[in-house]
Amino acid sequence: MNLRQLVRKSDIEWWIPRTGKMSVPGIIFATEDLLRAMDDKVAEQVANVAALPGIVTASFAMPDAHWGYGFPIGGVAAFDPEAGGVVSAGGVGFDISCGVRNLCTGISVGEVGPRLARLADTLFRLVPCGVGSTSRVHLGPADLEDLMLRGARWAVEHGFGALDDLLFMEEQGTVAGADPDAVSQEAKHRQRDQLGTLGSGNHYLEVQAVAEIDDEEAAAAYGLRTGDVVLSVHCGSRGLGHQIGTDYLKTMLAEAKHGGIELPERELACARLDSQTGRAYLGAMRAAINCALANREVITQFAREAFAEVLPSADLTLLYDVSHNTCKEEAHDVDGSPRRLFVHRKGATRAFAPGHPEIAAAYRHVGQPVLVGGSMGTASYVLAGTSGGPAFASAVHGAGRTLSRHAATRRWKGQAIVHELGSRGILLRSPSMRGLAEEAPGAYKDIDSVVDAAAAGGLARKVAKLLPLACVKG
Amino acid sequence: MGVRGYGRTREEAFEQAALALVAVVVPPADVEARDRVHVACTGDDDELLLLDWLGAVVYHMASRGMVFGRFEVHIDGARLAGELVGERLDVARHQPGVEVKAATATALRVARLEDGSWLAQCVVDV
Repeated sequence: MNLRQLVRKSDIEWWIPRTGKMSVPGIIFATEDLLRAMDDKVAEQVANVAALPGIVTASFAMPDAHWGYGFPIGGVAAFDPEAGGVVSAGGVGFDISCGVRNLCTGISVGEVGPRLARLADTLFRLVPCGVGSTSRVHLGPADLEDLMLRGARWAVEHGFGALDDLLFMEEQGTVAGADPDAVSQEAKHRQRDQLGTLGSGNHYLEVQAVAEIDDEEAAAAYGLRTGDVVLSVHCGSRGLGHQIGTDYLKTMLAEAKHGGIELPERELACARLDSQTGRAYLGAMRAAINCALANREVITQFAREAFAEVLPSADLTLLYDVSHNTCKEEAHDVDGSPRRLFVHRKGATRAFAPGHPEIAAAYRHVGQPVLVGGSMGTASYVLAGTSGGPAFASAVHGAGRTLSRHAATRRWKGQAIVHELGSRGILLRSPSMRGLAEEAPGAYKDIDSVVDAAAAGGLARKVAKLLPLACVKG
Repeated sequence: MGVRGYGRTREEAFEQAALALVAVVVPPADVEARDRVHVACTGDDDELLLLDWLGAVVYHMASRGMVFGRFEVHIDGARLAGELVGERLDVARHQPGVEVKAATATALRVARLEDGSWLAQCVVDV
């Protein structure tokens, strides 16, 4: 990225001053090295978002930001319905409520020992993954409707997961305001065999070891100790969310045209929050969030069955479940006044500060867990929300790509990655060698630098570093 | 990831863009012509028509568990009639890379080039 267009406010905070149609500045949180590695398109997209109606305070980008669709991935923007604010399907993304959940296992790396390979095989067998995979759970119309309204609670009541899991999810596993009638038949059809599937691309199921603790108090609250084994799940709302994004992109393009909203680029298609299309999208998007929460809960059940088969002494308890592609209605203080805002986080994680009433009671004194996923072979992190978070209580979600999939397949071969990671003691399971090459760890930014920048920028604080032991990749 | 099709006609460029989309998932040459799916799309302009067309290809790949190796497109004003020719995905044989979640409006462009040929492109979300 060309840094001359930015004003340096600190080592981590860089501003794009208001120009042209921007109604607020753009603010990018990153070190100079991370910024230089970012595409210029990130700054362009941050500025474009700053020109959307009703945006409040600033258009933000997190340290893991990269070129996205309309919004940058790693973008955060809040809109005020009282000021003509909008909701944007592109601002949420097509993989609605894609997110990460971590489970403590109650066992140590030493206890897994030689059974790691069998555990990886069993997880790979029981959790459907990869292009075209289908679930052993088939959803009829009535069940799908109920699932869209009740989210993870639907899953628990149908024998997938445990009731206590719900305490450790955003919105306790059920987002209010879902409207199944605002979801197309195509979206419903696309989902009927996909509940409990991981998907492909950067989605994964990973057995990890707690390698370092940075914040003893928060780690103790979250149940993390050095040497413990953690299971991490990264996936989203599957076909339902993908189709809702597709459907409403088209609807919002038409709405913007007829509603007089000038779009800097078409992918920023949006609708006023108080319009019929805006309300319909929010209802459909919330149905997809509930679908994602249920999906990760069903996968959790399959994973528990795998552990029960291989390591019966393990007790998988949910640490937390976070979504990083959402638009959520939240209360925030703006210039000392409370405001009701619709916060878009596209490739960004909510990071409520200690004391926030929406954090699970057991964690409220230390802040919301922020689960940052790595790519296979690299570290993942557990962070915690901090007081005074500058971007509507938001933080990073992952490392972010630096190389395209095509470039990755030219540079690496899947089998070579299996051997290379195997030599470091990391087991890989995947139905597709090409998929592994596209997801080569070298195609991503250095996650350590991204997390350090998030901590230095006051977005979140470091709690624990996790290293991979075995990764199931779609 | 971007997909781009070139053709002597707008229809051919749309067909080639769909082939490029399939190539994100599997090599189109490895797909056997066993089944056909008919789709009807609409769009107020060429770009929105391309978005609807590629969205339909993504939808039928995902909902039917199919991959396609040949496309036939006919455009009449704001309407497109398309044929998708392919087979059920066979993971072992096709070795799919990544699933396409959606066609996006990013870098969405349909244009007639100086030499009279057509270009149709957009970024797809994977």
